[in-house]
Amino acid sequence: MSETLLRVRKLTVRFPLRRSRLAGPRPWLTAVDGVDLEIEAGRAVGLVGESGCGKSTLARAILALVAPQAGTIEWRGQAVRHDDAAGLRRMRRELQVVFQDPVGSLDPRMSIGASVTEALEALEGPQQRAAADARVESILAEVGLDPALRARYPHELSGGQCQRAAIARALVGQPKLLVCDEAVSALDVSVQAQIVNLLGDLRRRRGLALLFISHNLAVVRHLCDEVAVLYHGRVVERATAAAIFAAPRHPYTRALLAAVPDPDPAAHRRGALPELRAAAAAEAVAGDGCAYRLRCPLADEGCRMQAPHLEDAGDGHLTACHHGRSQPPGG
Amino acid sequence: MAGSTRASATTDGALWGDARRRLRGNRAAIAAAAFIAALVLAALLGPLASPYAVDQVDWTLSPLASPPSLANGHWFGTDSNGRDLFVRVWAGTQVSLLVALLATAVSVLIGVAWGATAGYLGGRIDGWMMRVVDVLYALPYMFFVIILTVVFGRSLWLIFLAIGAVGWLTMARIVRGQALALRQREFVLAAVALGLPARQIIARHIVPNVLGTVVVYATLTVPQVILFESFLSFLGLGVQEPLTSLGRLVAEGALEMETAPWQLLVPATVLALLLLALNFLGDGLRDALDPRLG
Amino acid sequence: MAAEALFTVRDLGVQFTTPRGRVSAVREVSLEVRRGECLAVVGESGSGKSQLFLGCLGLLASGGVASGSARFDGQELVGSDAAARRAVLGTRLALVFQDPMNALTPHLTIGRQLAEVALDRGLLDAAGAQARSLEVLRAVRMPDPAMRLRQYPHELSGGQRQRAAIAMALMTRPELLVADEPTTALDVTVQAQVIEVLREARDRGLAVVLVTHDMGVVAGIADRVAVMYAGRVVETAPVRELFAAPAHPYTAALLASVPRLDTPLAARLAGIEGQPPAPGAEPDGCAFAPRCPAVLETCRRRRPPLEAREGRSVACHAARLPSGVAT
Repeated sequence: MSETLLRVRKLTVRFPLRRSRLAGPRPWLTAVDGVDLEIEAGRAVGLVGESGCGKSTLARAILALVAPQAGTIEWRGQAVRHDDAAGLRRMRRELQVVFQDPVGSLDPRMSIGASVTEALEALEGPQQRAAADARVESILAEVGLDPALRARYPHELSGGQCQRAAIARALVGQPKLLVCDEAVSALDVSVQAQIVNLLGDLRRRRGLALLFISHNLAVVRHLCDEVAVLYHGRVVERATAAAIFAAPRHPYTRALLAAVPDPDPAAHRRGALPELRAAAAAEAVAGDGCAYRLRCPLADEGCRMQAPHLEDAGDGHLTACHHGRSQPPGG
Repeated sequence: MAGSTRASATTDGALWGDARRRLRGNRAAIAAAAFIAALVLAALLGPLASPYAVDQVDWTLSPLASPPSLANGHWFGTDSNGRDLFVRVWAGTQVSLLVALLATAVSVLIGVAWGATAGYLGGRIDGWMMRVVDVLYALPYMFFVIILTVVFGRSLWLIFLAIGAVGWLTMARIVRGQALALRQREFVLAAVALGLPARQIIARHIVPNVLGTVVVYATLTVPQVILFESFLSFLGLGVQEPLTSLGRLVAEGALEMETAPWQLLVPATVLALLLLALNFLGDGLRDALDPRLG
Repeated sequence: MAAEALFTVRDLGVQFTTPRGRVSAVREVSLEVRRGECLAVVGESGSGKSQLFLGCLGLLASGGVASGSARFDGQELVGSDAAARRAVLGTRLALVFQDPMNALTPHLTIGRQLAEVALDRGLLDAAGAQARSLEVLRAVRMPDPAMRLRQYPHELSGGQRQRAAIAMALMTRPELLVADEPTTALDVTVQAQVIEVLREARDRGLAVVLVTHDMGVVAGIADRVAVMYAGRVVETAPVRELFAAPAHPYTAALLASVPRLDTPLAARLAGIEGQPPAPGAEPDGCAFAPRCPAVLETCRRRRPPLEAREGRSVACHAARLPSGVAT
């Protein structure tokens, strides 16, 4: 039985919006709304959703870069609080992150060797120069970079090389879980493939767990064991990758899958897209009903009255939809 | 630049190599830099070239104030007390530059530390720190300096402390703005995710990345400081005998404008050219270091 | 009836003056777009696909120089003066870019910006412009078009803004639309709708040039595809043939790198080792040779010419075209 590395319960993150009136309650934007999530050691969990769904905010809350308004985060059984410096330090040794912009996630004034060394010393304390250099070189080689590149600066390297350097920095402290926040989205297709393969190899070799955040379902499919779909800050579906791709139950998941452009000209039929009305602004969806009801082809009175809860249909496949179980899968 | 990123590869901040190249292409800035270098050299070596000392009175002249002439060795003439102006102008330039550099150094040190900390920490701490800046900004600067000189007497150190103590305010605001923007950058988030303490992040990641802007504004602060010191001297509050500064020389020269115009013209010209060159250099540095241009 | 060529590019080159000397971003590119067809120009970063069209249309950044020929309906665009270009650009030949905020002015309403396009050119009067604005908004499937006319760009979502930008391009009934990565910045559900809009416009007779790196999008709308690598065209083919049987190893590797929904779960992606050469640092011989799985000795010495055969063309010594014969 694998250890549960990360357990998130009812996590809520809100941002204050600018007041339009001087008096009255302050409007909030709820970026993450009562999310539950678990990640076991060695598992790769994909978090998918479109822009504004809250996936990046969720990642930042997990990494304690942003303080949540409600909910709990547990790392290996211990509760992690945003103001608990020692607890955070312990967690950071085992939980690291790779961001979306490869060049921007490295300090432009530090060579990549210096960035990786800084990470090593931040996580494990001051190091002997020779020992530190050896570890930096070995991790650079492991991610596919020539160790001789350690003296180079980010602007001298390609996007793919910078992302490898960022991965090296994240892995130098031997973390157990790596959060990848759209880590391949800014890369060319052929480089994206290299990095996806690299992440897969690192997973297998090190038993690394992944929280892979992406808007690209096809990439998630190549890397993840489980997938959670986020819409307007809520998890609307969660299941194993096999189940989600073969038989998605939530209408939004189905819409996402149908919208992925198929690299096969023969497969494109006119009007094969499910009818999607314009994405509603967050404020317009406020209320008790399901957040997806304004775009959903199945929406009815019940959807408007009550937001569905994430429920297990009995096979480990969770769906938050009133019609989730009655609709035949893949309909 | 070939990259495998789809997003346009932004050359972040200013990498010194790119900046140097851009600067070299800016002829006005290069000329200005060369001029300033020549001026500094002249200020240091000039007095050595002349047989006269700074406060040596040449009693052989009649009247004591004599116009520039090559014959008697007073190449810039003499002031009303018969002291050689050539030597005095360079000595004054030395003092003006010294005051400017030290005052600017003080304002850079305080301003960067204050602004980077406020900008990075944000929230209420930033609020309070910048309110302090706002309040100090509102103080009537002149009164402040006058009171200081009255209380502590007129010493060189006091001058540049007073100037530096006010000069840091603008630097702090500028650095704070940069720090606020940098805070959102992913490499800073990565540093936080590594668990680095705030002071290390500020020192290692924020400050090095604002240096470009700091250099620019420091270069543009120097002429402001020189002018301010000159103004103080003009009011009689600046450097005192036996030291002299460009400002004092201008003040003294202004009194004799009608009878001995060279006493005003020479230091005023040196002052004006120095300020002009510093501004050109500062502009050039700003163009070179600002990634948004070109 | 074979449609005649509307936009013909011959031997186009783009050079930039850099501190390191003159560097070529595009070399010897020849292409053709026929009326009513969609040509997709595919390539990754550094392939020169965007610079190619910026060069054709006289929109290069300072320091860039275009050489060669680009004719729109017989009229030469390269090296022509601004007035001649203006007669074509924005009226018969329209542009859409990746970021719609490049086309939309933040402080004017959508309706005002759409109308201005027609009024500026003296094509319509105020009432006509208004009617045409509604017409194009409907053509791009903009929800609630009448309301959008009164709104400002920041009140629209990303997908709506891109549709507004496309609508602006359609105002003058252009014959050719050049779209540079129009869907890259959009969510996948919105992307699908925008592609649908472009497809419908193509069906109504608009010729489209789609510059993109996204093979899925190409499959959804293109009739023909040109693949670029290191500033040159390495392959052209009708879309189905390109996907079914790519002749150039780079095309094949690119297709194999695209993550798909129909492969076994957690399958390894092919990828291509290494990275493209920096402009100015291309190797002798074929630019793809250092990374090519099918490389031959001759590839490193002699650059393969682009050879046409049976409606396709490929620049590769080792290429195998459908007739099964290696060149």
